[in-house]
Amino acid sequence: MKDNKQPILEIKDLQTHFKTDAGVVKAVNGVSFTVNKGETVGIVGESGCGKSVTNLSIMRLIPSPPGKIVGGEVLFDGENILDLPESELREIRGNKISMIFQDPMTSLNPFLKISTQMIETIRLHEKDVDKQEARKRSIEMLKKVGIPAAEARIDSYPHQFSGGMRQRVMIAMALSCNAQVLIADEPTTALDVTIQAQILELIQQISKDFGTAVILITHDLGVVAGMCDKVCVMYAGKIVEEAYTYELYNNPAHPYTSGLIQSVPRMDTQNKQKKLFSIEGQPPNVIDLPPCCPFHPRCHKTMDVCRCALPPTYEVSEDHKVNCWLYASEEEKAKAVADAAKENDK
Amino acid sequence: MSNEKKTLLVVKDLKQHFPIKTGGLLNKKIGAIRAVDGISFEVKEGETLGIVGESGCGKSTTVRSIAQLYRPTSGDVIFEGLNLCEAKEKELVLARRNIQMIFQDPYASLDPRMTVRSIISEPLVVFNKRGLLDKKLTKLEIEEEVERLMERVGLNKAFKNRYPHEFSGGQRQRIGIARALALNPRIILADEPVSALDVSIQAQILNLLNELQKELNLTYIFIAHDLAVIQHISTRVAVMYLGKIVELADSADLYDNPAHPYTQALLSAAPIPDPEIERKRQRIILTGDVPSPDKIQPGCYFQARCPKRMPWCTCHVPPTFDLGNNHKVACWLYDEKDYSKISKEEAQADADKNKTEVK
Repeated sequence: MKDNKQPILEIKDLQTHFKTDAGVVKAVNGVSFTVNKGETVGIVGESGCGKSVTNLSIMRLIPSPPGKIVGGEVLFDGENILDLPESELREIRGNKISMIFQDPMTSLNPFLKISTQMIETIRLHEKDVDKQEARKRSIEMLKKVGIPAAEARIDSYPHQFSGGMRQRVMIAMALSCNAQVLIADEPTTALDVTIQAQILELIQQISKDFGTAVILITHDLGVVAGMCDKVCVMYAGKIVEEAYTYELYNNPAHPYTSGLIQSVPRMDTQNKQKKLFSIEGQPPNVIDLPPCCPFHPRCHKTMDVCRCALPPTYEVSEDHKVNCWLYASEEEKAKAVADAAKENDK
Repeated sequence: MSNEKKTLLVVKDLKQHFPIKTGGLLNKKIGAIRAVDGISFEVKEGETLGIVGESGCGKSTTVRSIAQLYRPTSGDVIFEGLNLCEAKEKELVLARRNIQMIFQDPYASLDPRMTVRSIISEPLVVFNKRGLLDKKLTKLEIEEEVERLMERVGLNKAFKNRYPHEFSGGQRQRIGIARALALNPRIILADEPVSALDVSIQAQILNLLNELQKELNLTYIFIAHDLAVIQHISTRVAVMYLGKIVELADSADLYDNPAHPYTQALLSAAPIPDPEIERKRQRIILTGDVPSPDKIQPGCYFQARCPKRMPWCTCHVPPTFDLGNNHKVACWLYDEKDYSKISKEEAQADADKNKTEVK
């Protein structure tokens, strides 16, 4: 089954930098991953690790200045989105790739009725649809995402909906143009657990029904475990580990990933140990990172080589990639240390 | 074992209603948000009572009412024999020495214009000035105390002249904890202290709170919406829904045998970070949203979303049933009588009869 998967979105060595007074923030620093048709890919990481910026870069929604996509490619169906002129980009945004944002309270316009906002979205992308038809389609979409009495509720204003309902409206809008890729940026962080379960169920159902590929950004390892086929773990602007979900949870290769998984209190363990495993220290400041493993100050398996050179990517097993010196041979490590020393002497 | 421990805090039928006013000239009161609507529980010395529930269920209001940050509408909060709701200003100030709070948002709960030293020493300085401490402290002693507190919560004491914006979220939460510890309180009310933090930092703070509890014999009332965090830290857990406690039990008991349909749904909805378990679980997906707490409802507050609803529930408010083993639940399923066969008309008739009797 794995063989006949077609990639729909390929991100290659994406780099997004922000210029600030304190220096250049390398928010996304060489990120590559592939999303296949109908697949759900999770991106996990702590705040400030570049999860959201990665996905805003895919849609080219980075405010510029101060931000700039300085390198890499985003291939949608083989076409590089980063090279397209603005007018062609609008064809893809919303039409082929759409996005759900974290905060359902602020991502709808409070002055406009839901109907106005939904009809606008549909008619912007499909010029030949008239108002009546667009309205019909909006009602249909609202029914699909489980809004009761959609015919009446479509003329409400956003404030008349609760948080969970607003997130449903967002999903309905995002899918009203039959997008092939749905980017969900922390879609349930602002919601309660029972509502979160409803929304995740809905996204899963829609992904199955329409064959939509989903990129799910989250910091909740439990959500990832339930939803995603593949997971990328990000740290300081880089993907440090990438694997299928089962593989990642069973054999986490990077010390950061295993630390993250162990530091979450779990409900199902019977003999809970009183002390949680914790990753000491703070996430690094991404301004002017030295060329070494960004995780080494917090890592419990640090070696000399971690302090002087960036770890390359290793394949631990098939489709399981990790950026960590633990998987390098002795000669490689020795060579990297020697190179770094030479560099310093210069 | 828990029987031997002293009861530190008793909350009896606590109600906190916020009036809804029309505004304008007349400013008539047209209703009330019943944020906390008649809750009772006890807290024993040295234990951790966890409170869980969805947003808007009254968790934060409960602890704020206990600390008398809001004056409760009715009910009693008895701390070591003193009823805080009726206490005079001076008694209250003394009691507050023993009741301290840690807040959710480490960005908003620290004054950005104060240095860390003045934030942590403020409670000491205030109580010292009024002569309410055991003995009068000199400036130097306060300084030493601040340094000791900073080291205890894992902050470098060299940072005491810095401002809050120079610290990260986890460090700020440590400052908040140091401030709460300054007066050597007996009970700490922690209002979602870890929900604004990243996973790796969250573990650090939870471990710190656990260590402090053991060392200083502290009692916690700990609020969180994350069920796994609550299980990790609590000895007893209260589940709240719409201003009422629907279930109260020992932590292990609650997680192994949840009795109330709402607790069962909550537990099944919380994700577990293990793909094999997570994908095989049966989820109870609740429909609908939490209703607004501005009306008195004739029946069980949860009945509109309950998967085990009976006609009886729509018009009878469930009392609290004791399942033994300190496990209390407010649900008609656990009464001795079986209500499932009673039809809607009969239930309604019974409710009407009760109403007229009361009149």
